[in-house]
Amino acid sequence: MKHTLTPQRYLILLCVMLTASVGDTLLSRGMSQVGPVDLHHLGLLFTALTNLNVIAGIILLIGFFASYTTALSWADLTFVMPATAFGYVVIALLSRFWLHETLSLYRWAGIGLIVCAVGFVANGPSLTEHPELDQMDAGAGR
Amino acid sequence: MSTPIHALHQWAAMLFVVVLAIAGECLIAAGMRRLGDLDRYRTSPGLRGYLGPVRAVLASRFFLVGAFCMAVNFFAMLYALSIAELSLAAPAIAALTYIGNAIAAKFFLHENVDRRRWLAAIFVCIGVLLLAH
Repeated sequence: MKHTLTPQRYLILLCVMLTASVGDTLLSRGMSQVGPVDLHHLGLLFTALTNLNVIAGIILLIGFFASYTTALSWADLTFVMPATAFGYVVIALLSRFWLHETLSLYRWAGIGLIVCAVGFVANGPSLTEHPELDQMDAGAGR
Repeated sequence: MSTPIHALHQWAAMLFVVVLAIAGECLIAAGMRRLGDLDRYRTSPGLRGYLGPVRAVLASRFFLVGAFCMAVNFFAMLYALSIAELSLAAPAIAALTYIGNAIAAKFFLHENVDRRRWLAAIFVCIGVLLLAH
């Protein structure tokens, strides 16, 4: 049986792709506004929690973990992995078109390879059949 | 200057991070696979209905041990970054984790890692290394 994904599940994979990269970018931006934290100024970590970028970053990373674990409940790890890698592409594209940084040919090649990897996996089945696990599920009754 | 012993120390720290990441992701994946589709655990249509899936996930031992590995991985990553350069550590750890996850998924999770998925893992590794170039 070939496992195909519903639009709702594609939406969860899109959340996996976007939340991690945008969350990391917001955290990085927020922490650069807060300043360097060292052992003698640990109180700055609490100040960081009042920074809007840090708060938004933490919320997005919680969203990432929730969508990632949800995706793993109906898809293989090797199916979800390339989706998480797509976050690198999102960061590179954000830096090119939002921060107006220059991307070298190497980076464009890297983006192309990761896009190809996502394409390969997305065309295949999302889940490996495990009859013994499916029987356990049926036995559990829920 | 980087001595052979310092380089060995750096790679040992990075490999430790990779092993923890692979263990954590595989354990979480195994736990979630055993739970199955989380929609089945929803108790009601509203927001309160999501408490059921959250409770089910937090009751999974595989998930809890996996999350613990990921937490230790976070601190091990901080240590690795303190002794190795970011431009070496970040892409090396990411690339080794992708290949290691594919191997662990095949042998421990018994996933059907076909030629398409191997190719995807290799493409992601090379892509990550190129992005860090």
